[in-house]
Amino acid sequence: MAPAIQAENLVKTFGDVRALDGVSLDVPEGTVLGLLGPNGAGKTTTVRVLTTLLRPDSGRAVVAGVDVLEHPDRVRSLIGLSGQYAAVDEYLTGFENLTMVGELYQMSARAAKARALELLEWFNLTEAKNRTAKTYSGGMRRRLDLAAALVVRPPVMFLDEPTTGLDPRNRLALWEVIETLVEQGTTLLLTTQYLEEADRLAHDIAVVDHGRVIARGTADQLKAQIGGERIELVVHEPGEIADAVAALSRYALGEPTVERNTRKITVPVSGGARVLADAIRELDGRGVEIDDIGLRRPTLDDVFLTLTGHVAETAEENGAEADVRGPEEQQAVAAGKGQ
Amino acid sequence: MTTTATEHAIGAAMPARRRGPAATLHDSWVVAKRNLRRMTRIPEIVVFGLMQPVMFVLLFSYVMGGAIKIPGANSSSHTYIQFLMAGIFAQTVTFAVAGASAGIAEDMTKGLVDRFRSLPMARSAVLAGRTLADLCQTAFTLVVLGLVALLVGWRIHDGVLKALGAFGLLLLLGYAFSWIGALIGLSVRSPEAATSAGLIWLFPLTFVSNAFVPVTSMPGWLQGVAYWNPFSATVQACRDLFGNQVGPVDSAWPMQHAALVSVLWSVVITAVFSWLSVRKYRSAAG
Repeated sequence: MAPAIQAENLVKTFGDVRALDGVSLDVPEGTVLGLLGPNGAGKTTTVRVLTTLLRPDSGRAVVAGVDVLEHPDRVRSLIGLSGQYAAVDEYLTGFENLTMVGELYQMSARAAKARALELLEWFNLTEAKNRTAKTYSGGMRRRLDLAAALVVRPPVMFLDEPTTGLDPRNRLALWEVIETLVEQGTTLLLTTQYLEEADRLAHDIAVVDHGRVIARGTADQLKAQIGGERIELVVHEPGEIADAVAALSRYALGEPTVERNTRKITVPVSGGARVLADAIRELDGRGVEIDDIGLRRPTLDDVFLTLTGHVAETAEENGAEADVRGPEEQQAVAAGKGQ
Repeated sequence: MTTTATEHAIGAAMPARRRGPAATLHDSWVVAKRNLRRMTRIPEIVVFGLMQPVMFVLLFSYVMGGAIKIPGANSSSHTYIQFLMAGIFAQTVTFAVAGASAGIAEDMTKGLVDRFRSLPMARSAVLAGRTLADLCQTAFTLVVLGLVALLVGWRIHDGVLKALGAFGLLLLLGYAFSWIGALIGLSVRSPEAATSAGLIWLFPLTFVSNAFVPVTSMPGWLQGVAYWNPFSATVQACRDLFGNQVGPVDSAWPMQHAALVSVLWSVVITAVFSWLSVRKYRSAAG
C-alpha cells in the first residue's frame, strides 16, 4: 500500500539557513510518525511544506496520493492541520469558529453548524460554546484548534507540537483524543519535543536535526540501536549482595556493578522481560530477599542525546525528570562508585 | 468524550468541492461575516472610527469655517459646511485603509492565516472578506456621519436619488482604498506599523485636494496635482450630486467630468491593488 505521506529530498533555505537539507520520510496509511527534534531542527518547516503552506526549493511530496506541489488545493481538502499555537479567532465563540471552518470547507450552513456542535461535545467544550475563545484556557483553545482541524474528518492529519505548553492533565486528555483518531484509521504526522509523547503516540519515530532525518525506527528499535538494557535490583540486606550477584551471573553480559551503600546491583542483560522473570525465579530459589527489581531500558532521551550529541531542549522544562546522561556514561559512573 | 459522541464526530462526510466565482464569493462572504462579528465584539474600533470624522465636522465648521473663503459665496460658516461635507465624507471612506491594513497585519501575525491557507478555500477570500467587511463598516459610518452633518446644517439640495448616487461613489472609493490597505497590511506584518503606514500618506492625499479649501487658492504647480487627485474627483462628484457646489465648478477636465473620473479611479485602484494583494498573499508567510 502506498504511504499516506511521502516526502523525498525536501530542501528549503531561508537566506543562509538551510532549514531543510534533504528530508525524506514516509508514513504508511493508518500509522503515526513522530517527528522528534530540537527547536530549529526543521520539524515545523517540514510540516509547512507537506501542508502546502510553504513551497520547498526542491524535492517532492505526496499526501494521500496527491502531489503537494502540483495540486495543493486538492491536498488541502484531504488534510487537517493543528499548529504550534492555537489558530482560532479569539473574538469568535467556539461555535462560530468551528462553523466558519466548516463553511470554508464548502459545507452548507446547516451541516457546518451540526458538525460544530458534535465536535464541541466531543471535545468537552459544549458549555463554553457561546463564549469567545479569548476567555478560554490554554487547554481549551488547543482542543478547539484540534477540533477545527477535524471538521471534515480528514484522512491525513498534521499536528505540530500539539501539547507544547499544556499542563499534564490537558496533555493526557489530548493524547487520548489523538489515540482515538488513530484507532479510527487517521494517518498522523506529529512533531514533538517531548520524548515521552513520541514514545506513547508514534508507531515510528524520525529523529530530525539540522534539517535532516538522522535516525528512523520504532521507539524500541531506536533504543536497541544504542543498546544498554539492564536489570537493576536492590536487595534487603547488604549480606545478600554476593548471593544475588552469583544468581545473576549466568544472565550477565558484562561485569555487574554494585553500590554497597544503597544495596543496588546493576547487571547488563539482553532478552527483555523473559530474562527478568528467570532472574527473579533464580533469586527466589536462593532465598535472596528483594526490595526492588526492574528491567531498565535506555529512554528516548538517551537515544536523542546519543544521536544528536545534544540534550532535548525540553529536559529542563519537564522538571529534569529525563536523565540526560547516556547509558554507557551511567554505567561508568555506577562502576566507579562500586569499587 | 464519550464513545457515542466519538462515533458522531467521526461520521462527517467530505463535502464535494465547488469551484469558480460562486465559490470565491461564498468564501469571501464567510470571511466577511467573521470580520463583521469581530467588529461587534470590539465596538471600540467602530466607535473611534466614527469619532474622528465627527470631530472633523465640528472643528472645521465651527472653528475654521469662518476663516475659509469659498469663491462665489458669501462667507459664512453655514456655507462652508455645504462645501466641507463632501470632503469629510470622502476622507472618512479613505480611512478604511487603516482598518484593512491593521486587520490583515493582525491576521498575518497570528496562526489564523495558516489555518485559512491550509483550507481548500479561495485564495483571495481572506482579503476580499476583509474588504467587504470594511465596506459594511464604511456604510455604517457614512450614515451616522450624514445624520450628524444634518444636525449642524448640512443639506442635500438635488433630491435623494442623486444623493444615493454620491454615497455609491463614496463606497466605491472606500472599497478601492481598502485594497490599498490590504497590500499595506500584507507588507508590514505588524498591526502597529500597519496603522501608521495606512494613515500617514492619507494626509497629503486628502489635503492636496479640493476637499477642505478651494484648489484655486493653491500655488499653480500644486493645482494640477490636486485636480488629478483621485480623491478630488470623488469630492467634486459628491458636491455636484448633493447640490452642494458653491459657485462655478473649476474648469479643469477632471472636475468637469468628476463622476466619470471618480468611478474610473476607483475601478483602476481596485483592480491593481487587489491583483497585487492576492499575489502577495499567495506567496506570503513563505
